[in-house]
Amino acid sequence: MTYRDAIREAIRKALRADDRVFLMGEDVGRYGGCYAVSKGLLAEFGPERIRDTPLSESAFVGAGIGAALGGLRPIVEIMTVNFSLLALDQILNNAATLLHMSGGQFNVPVVIRMATGGGRQLAAQHSHSLEGWYAHIPGIKVLTPATLEDAHGMLLAALQDPDPVLIFENALLYNMEGGLPSDAGPVEIAHASVRRAGRDVSVITYGNSLWKALEAARGLAEKGIEAEVVDLRPLRPLDDRTLVDSVSRTHRALVVDEGWRSGGISAEISARLTEQAFYELDAPVQRLCGAEVPMPYAAHMEQVSIPQVATITAAVEGMVRPHG
Amino acid sequence: MTDRHHLLDLLRQMLLIRRFEEKCAELYTKQKIRGFLHLYIGEEAVGVGVMQALRSEDAIVSTYREHGHALARGMSPGSIMAEMFGKQEGCSRGRGGSMHLFDRKTRFYGGNAVVGGGLPVAVGLALADKLLADKMGTQPNVTCCFFGDGAVAEGEFHECMNLAALWRLPVLFLCENNRYAMGTRLDVSHSMTELSKKAAAYCVPAAVVDGMDVLAVEDGAKTAAESVRSGQGPYFLECRTYRFRAHSMYDPELYRDKAEVEEWKTRDPIAALMRRIEADGSKADSNVAEFECQVAKEIDESIAFAETGTWEPVVDLLRFVYSEQPA
Repeated sequence: MTYRDAIREAIRKALRADDRVFLMGEDVGRYGGCYAVSKGLLAEFGPERIRDTPLSESAFVGAGIGAALGGLRPIVEIMTVNFSLLALDQILNNAATLLHMSGGQFNVPVVIRMATGGGRQLAAQHSHSLEGWYAHIPGIKVLTPATLEDAHGMLLAALQDPDPVLIFENALLYNMEGGLPSDAGPVEIAHASVRRAGRDVSVITYGNSLWKALEAARGLAEKGIEAEVVDLRPLRPLDDRTLVDSVSRTHRALVVDEGWRSGGISAEISARLTEQAFYELDAPVQRLCGAEVPMPYAAHMEQVSIPQVATITAAVEGMVRPHG
Repeated sequence: MTDRHHLLDLLRQMLLIRRFEEKCAELYTKQKIRGFLHLYIGEEAVGVGVMQALRSEDAIVSTYREHGHALARGMSPGSIMAEMFGKQEGCSRGRGGSMHLFDRKTRFYGGNAVVGGGLPVAVGLALADKLLADKMGTQPNVTCCFFGDGAVAEGEFHECMNLAALWRLPVLFLCENNRYAMGTRLDVSHSMTELSKKAAAYCVPAAVVDGMDVLAVEDGAKTAAESVRSGQGPYFLECRTYRFRAHSMYDPELYRDKAEVEEWKTRDPIAALMRRIEADGSKADSNVAEFECQVAKEIDESIAFAETGTWEPVVDLLRFVYSEQPA
């Protein structure tokens, strides 16, 4: 089973369990989803519940918001994060705002999924990591599943949430193989997770960078450096406690983020650690982020634009002296 | 439909809006109401006429010029006034203000202050209503979405007309064409100034009515709502109207001639309805005097309600960012 299959399985379970749930987006039906996530669902559930939409991001994201207000539980798929900007008015000015602006009368239980991230030579309008921008917005929740269990369980949890939830699926993960427990269900969506314990440095990351960080950590272990790897999971709300606890054990932190450095989620995490764990730190918090360029097409240029195993390894080695 | 009793009722509703708005302007100068304040004076026939065609289970999505819609929908003047005072007894607990009136009881899904931003939400509400109605085997409720001539230039208008028509959703697209997008005249912002013609591109039936004539609006809205309710998909109704006051309280009105405003004031929808009522020779002066008294009392009570309202404790600032109850 792949990450893609895990999401599809969650959508299928949700469609079966709750007749208020439906999926809509560009090419989710007849085409099967631009990343094949919804492949086969049209035949199983029909066009009322697997809805192909016109190329109208603002209209169909807004329609998801309205349908949620009207009592349904829409899953809206946006092809890629760059396209979501066409619907940013709806996400920020309506989804994130209506509950507050109406004095608590109208909550918006919509789930919006989209692909994010670089590494596929898709250049500067299909490859960015803008989830950190979305994490800036109060009123929504921002999830970044890195594992099959999270890809599956976060979607189910999001559908149970009374408020808007945005799920960012790093497109490089769709083919990742793995398994799901037979009783897999919703997972909790409020906490970060320590994916690898270590004593020397906390590598804090999310999405596809998690796997690079884990690989780097295995290599570092051979050199006597034990990196703790923390998967952020939700970017909003951020789980400060888990981050502070980790840094309180390791006393060093490296934040790895495919997104741009300036004003990014990595800056937020660094600031929080400085505010809340300053006296636990033996060294300044370091950041390894996406280069501040629109994503280039050429493979060698793209590869150096985002964090890689080698650059994570080098960054850690610059912070930690090996033991022994 | 045009019996005297009904006409008088329409007159009373329009008077309530007119006097309420006049009082809002006064309270704005006294700084009781702050922020942006957009008055509906001159456009009363549209809101009042349209609401005659809607049922209590229908939904409404509105604009930032929505006091008239809210009053005509039956929201209490006190809850609206308290909202504008910023009191927690307001219809949005003081979180919204003049541009963001909400009311679950009457399915009033808010004043939306981003031009065109309410349209996708209306399409979604209609989708939910249609799917639920299909399941129950009943007629769908109507979602009435108000917007102005300015919104017709927004991409969201075109996306939403297409989507609603494509999915045959029960949306009444209600265009209040008051000829100005803030200060930009219709012919300065539209290559095609006959807005209703745009509906044809989406195979959406359309009509144009005189928005200064409440009966014409009522009639047009009933035809439109009937079409929508019968399952034929969306309908575009353009009501040609005019605002007598400035765009907002900040607007010095440099963009239009006073003569033009005076010309439109000769078509005042309240005066026009008065003439209609008196057309058979029966005077309505005593009715109007009575209505003026009732309306003044209602507005005074709304102000008293707002004045005695309370400020939400600042410790509650972060409430309603996320739900307090599970789904």
